[in-house]
Amino acid sequence: MKILIPTPLRQYAGKQDAVEVPAQTVGEALSRLTAQYSDLRRHLYTDDGKLRAFVNLYLNDEDIRYLQKENTPVRDGDTLSIVPSIAGGCYYLAVGF
Amino acid sequence: MPVIAENIQPATLSNEEVLRYSRHLIMPEVGMEGQLKLKAAKVLCIGAGGLGSPLALYLAAAGVGTLGIVDFDVVDFTNLQRQIIHSTDDVGRKKLDSAEESIKGINPYVEVRKFETMLNSENALSIFRDFDIIVDGTDNFPTRYLVNDACVLTGKPNVYGSIFRFEGQASVLATKDGPCYRCWYPEPPPPGLVPSCAEGGVLGILPGLVGVIQATETIKLIMGKGQPLIGRVLLVDALGMNFRQLKLRKNSDCPVCGTQPTITKLIDYQQFCGVRGEEAPVTSKVPEIQPEELKQRLDAGEDIFILDVREPHEYQICNLNGYLIPLGDLPKRVHELDSSREIVAHCRSGARSGKAVEFLRQAGFRKVKNLAGGVLAWSDRVDPKMPKY
Repeated sequence: MKILIPTPLRQYAGKQDAVEVPAQTVGEALSRLTAQYSDLRRHLYTDDGKLRAFVNLYLNDEDIRYLQKENTPVRDGDTLSIVPSIAGGCYYLAVGF
Repeated sequence: MPVIAENIQPATLSNEEVLRYSRHLIMPEVGMEGQLKLKAAKVLCIGAGGLGSPLALYLAAAGVGTLGIVDFDVVDFTNLQRQIIHSTDDVGRKKLDSAEESIKGINPYVEVRKFETMLNSENALSIFRDFDIIVDGTDNFPTRYLVNDACVLTGKPNVYGSIFRFEGQASVLATKDGPCYRCWYPEPPPPGLVPSCAEGGVLGILPGLVGVIQATETIKLIMGKGQPLIGRVLLVDALGMNFRQLKLRKNSDCPVCGTQPTITKLIDYQQFCGVRGEEAPVTSKVPEIQPEELKQRLDAGEDIFILDVREPHEYQICNLNGYLIPLGDLPKRVHELDSSREIVAHCRSGARSGKAVEFLRQAGFRKVKNLAGGVLAWSDRVDPKMPKY
């Protein structure tokens, strides 16, 4: 499946706007993504492993909170979008730099 | 789907107005009925900046009768790349005055109501009360949550827009049965996270694209025509030139618009968002060097290693001939630095290099200082030929 990376996070994903990963669920797709690009992990997850509240994930056009969250099954051809909250040219990073 | 149309009392049009709006009047979707609704409508724009500029201009041209603007800022040169309601001659003027003049120039029939204030929990509800629709053109999280909550509490639709570099978002929030911003993002990024304004910037036309989408939605709401962006968000990617839509659901557990709201009056939004509107200030513990002293010591031929922690594209604008390691790369490139030499780190304003100095000191560097005020201060106090950005 395809994961769309938003502009602020592209610097942690090899400057790519999309990453293709094989996965059965949303959670697995994210694990594979963060395994490949470990710097992304701290931007998507809190220290205790929860998805950050200000980063929303959409499977195709649906918020995964209204599906089965990280257990949502995915198929080839699905698109997972990471949509962070943005304001005025500032994006909030999860760490000092 | 008429959201507010039924609340608006019709007025009449003069012959001059009929001529002015003739391209609206001859369209059945607008017609006299729609144009009179526009004339009777009162729209409040929060901010006369990137988003506020195009939307206020288009709403004025379209014949929205009353435009309120909340802003306390002054026009500066860096605004002109995107804030097209202001002109070069307006630099130094209040944005409110400059915006009013542009609006009146386009359409003298518009009544402009100016609110020279920072929108806050004390004034938001009373300002919103006299308007039908609120258009959010703000650039920070505290005001964004404030506008959302005040819209929910006063029952006014919030025409939302947000931009980042080449990307934008737009939606219509806080309508009677639709989701609000908190349904979408229940919480702002928690305190302690660092805003990466250095990675920011915005393509000048992007607020034009998104602001005009906001203006379009506003006009549709007033006329009660079409399908407004309720329950969906439009994502704009100007680089790929893709427009995508995502579903936005009303959350029954939403703290402000849910079935059992816990927020029933406005709160302290600065505190709620951890007061992070700007680049984090430099920690005072970091040792600093003033630009004059650095200049003096460099001229005297002292061995000082200048470390520039900005991005390569910033280095191209101006530089102090320093060694470039962007802040984000510093941890993995720290071995390129010699801890026995005296190092002065700098960035644009001193914020990022303050973090670099803090990091380097923790990594065991003893002779490292931050250039106070960065290249901006260098330009002001040492070399006025250096461009500021």
